[in-house]
Amino acid sequence: MHALQLLGYFQSYQLTWSYLLDQLVAGLTLGSLYGLMAIGYSMVYGVLKLLNFAHGEVFMIGAYIGYFVLVALGGAAAPVVPVALLIILMLAAAMIGAGVLGVAIERFAYRPLRKARAPRIAPLISALGVSFCLQQLASIFFGTAYKQYNPFGLSGGTLTTPWHLGSLEVSWMQVIVILTTAFFMLVLWQLVTRTQIGRAMRAASFDLEAASMMGIDVDKVVVFTFFVGSALGGAGGVMNGLYLSNVFPLVGFNVGLIAFTAAVVGGIGSIPGAMVGGIAIGLLQSFAIGYWSSAYQDVIVFCVLILVLLIRPTGILGVPAPQKV
Amino acid sequence: MAEDTTPVVGAPVSAPQIGVDEWVSRSAERILGRGGLLGHAERQWLRLPGTIRFLGLFGLAALIPVATSDDYLIRIGTVTLVFALLALGLNVSVGFAGLLDLGYIAYYGFGAYGYAMLASSKFGVHWQAWAAIPVVVGAAILLGFFLALPSRRLVGDYMAIVTLFFGQIFYILVTQGYRISLLGLNKDIGLRSANWDVTGGPNGIANVDGFRALGVTALTDHAYFYITLIAVALVFAGLHFANRSRTGRAWRALHDDPLAAQVMSMRVNWLKMLAIGVGAGIGALAGTINAALLQGAFPDDYNTMVLITIYAVVILGGAGSLPGAILGAIVVIVGLEALRPGTEFSDWTSNGRGLFYVTILIILLTTLRPLKRLAAVLGGLVAFGVLMHVIIGAAWSRGVHGGILNSAGTFSGGGSIGWAIRHWLVLPADTYQVGGYTVYNYLVVLLIALILCLTLVHGVWRDLLLIPTIWLGALVYEARLIEEGSGATRFLLLGVGLIVIMARRPQGLLGKPRVEIV
Repeated sequence: MHALQLLGYFQSYQLTWSYLLDQLVAGLTLGSLYGLMAIGYSMVYGVLKLLNFAHGEVFMIGAYIGYFVLVALGGAAAPVVPVALLIILMLAAAMIGAGVLGVAIERFAYRPLRKARAPRIAPLISALGVSFCLQQLASIFFGTAYKQYNPFGLSGGTLTTPWHLGSLEVSWMQVIVILTTAFFMLVLWQLVTRTQIGRAMRAASFDLEAASMMGIDVDKVVVFTFFVGSALGGAGGVMNGLYLSNVFPLVGFNVGLIAFTAAVVGGIGSIPGAMVGGIAIGLLQSFAIGYWSSAYQDVIVFCVLILVLLIRPTGILGVPAPQKV
Repeated sequence: MAEDTTPVVGAPVSAPQIGVDEWVSRSAERILGRGGLLGHAERQWLRLPGTIRFLGLFGLAALIPVATSDDYLIRIGTVTLVFALLALGLNVSVGFAGLLDLGYIAYYGFGAYGYAMLASSKFGVHWQAWAAIPVVVGAAILLGFFLALPSRRLVGDYMAIVTLFFGQIFYILVTQGYRISLLGLNKDIGLRSANWDVTGGPNGIANVDGFRALGVTALTDHAYFYITLIAVALVFAGLHFANRSRTGRAWRALHDDPLAAQVMSMRVNWLKMLAIGVGAGIGALAGTINAALLQGAFPDDYNTMVLITIYAVVILGGAGSLPGAILGAIVVIVGLEALRPGTEFSDWTSNGRGLFYVTILIILLTTLRPLKRLAAVLGGLVAFGVLMHVIIGAAWSRGVHGGILNSAGTFSGGGSIGWAIRHWLVLPADTYQVGGYTVYNYLVVLLIALILCLTLVHGVWRDLLLIPTIWLGALVYEARLIEEGSGATRFLLLGVGLIVIMARRPQGLLGKPRVEIV
């Protein structure tokens, strides 16, 4: 018997390796979702130095688009197309819809402020306004009740039933989420490092003014950034729905807060940082739930994050901004 | 700063950008201000000594309970004042010192819960107000100092996120604080020792005493209105002088450039802590008032939504402007109340409706100049409505004379104004509530689209677009808002309002645009 177990802190099953590994896999899956969404925050911040609080709502709308595609194609229990195609279609529709929404938000809520050289706090309030709007629109149009993705019905439940790998339990859904995220990360990385627009984006995020003087169309870069970031957010929404099985108008707010935290912890403005931060938070949350308390999971996450930020004020992979005088 | 300094390409610029040479050369024009009667009145008003303006406005506010005996109106007035107080407090850290403190809600909640614990039967303690309020406010200031410690190391958005965590942690602790156990915070698993109930959890703390001093307990709405008004007046005056003091100037320096302030041998860390501490004290004061007013402390009065509302008040009024904080509170709180469906305010023999139309009219009157343009828009509004009424009335079998009163199918009521509205708008016999009539959902979307398009166009096109937008706004108000059960459309419109106001006046209603000489 373990000493902690004698004290009554842990149940015996909590002290086995397989339980630990289960938490690890769950944490990785959750972390991939957070990371995918954190990238949206991080990319926009990198270019515009703007906290896009409306990103959570983009995620929510993406999740709804995925849901409606799912319903239109016959629902999870009896889809009219193969499951793989179904998931790809859901992702594609959600990404395009969310991307367009992100561009629209930038056009109407942020660009006027950018042109007017508004104080930095003004876009924050616009973002809150957008957030309010989208949440209420969703509750008017889609209702406040939870919409069920019902992933347990997909191809007879084989996707959500865990299979055993030694003492480890993994489900196909977790594999899908992790692999899809890895795929998107890879594509994004190629996009950012290998293409013309990616280079323009890096230049703009390094110094917006200098970039515009070098003949880079900054507005185009901003639109691109919003589109890509929001599209990834929309994909995150669909996968959140597939993994956690539901969507409701306030889903974006809760996930958004955590994902935003992930972006900050990873070092806001850094794309790999967002992914690292997301996975770190996913693991932290999963272990907090598994070994301590689900009621206080967020308190634990937040306290650890405060400590991380106090030790490394610019996040794990963030580069300290040099202060020019 | 690497912030956006992109040259404006293609976008029409009506006024010169702040800070460019043309802007500087036209400064005299701006000081002279607008012409006409309104401009004259404004200049006369600004010429009065500050003390008289201050006493005049607060005296006028003090007359409100005398002028009306409607308890509901006085209650709204009190809530507005509480938010004004909160906005004044937040203004210290956000407006004066430029620290983005997103954990402000924790101080508000701390004040409420602190007072609720010291003056209720929860723990059998019944302190009087003169003892409880200073203790709670003092503790909140200490809490503010403590939570401001990370700001010594973190700057900008990192500071904002850490304070946001503080607010979230406060909310979680309060909602979970009804089963605190000895070993660890309530563990879901393993050992369960005795659980203590400290905060009442999701149910909060009820039956909180009213403010009690010298054997008198404040119970009526009138009493709280005056208590809050006095608190707002005192805080307002205090902050006014603080803003002009050495510390206030230091805060402004910190706001504009922390590094330069430090070089000028200002104690930057102490100034940050002081700003957050003072804000925390004011927030906690508002919290004690709110707890006594509601006779309870409930977690959902201290969640992120409320924080957002307080921020909306501050930014809308203009960060750093004290009168702006009060104006912002009036606009946001009264606006939200006026749009609230099914309350006395709306039913108040259709005065909610009156408020709605009068507000639109006032906005038009103050923003559309010259008079010719105003007349054209108003005339266009009437003509457009009547035209739409005729066209749709001819094509639509449901009829277009409905609405106006809450019962479906009413074709009358509202007197001559009701008659005018019925013949101006297109109201089917059975409005919103009848059988999933979703056309209004799309009208709401169309309205939002029109409002957003308004921010894109300029000149005569804007005036032209204004006409259908206002008409559609009135239609949505009549057909949907008045009869809606939940507050969805109300918050939707609040959101759109925030976006539009920010796009039009990024510095807020009474804020001064920051001058950057380029």
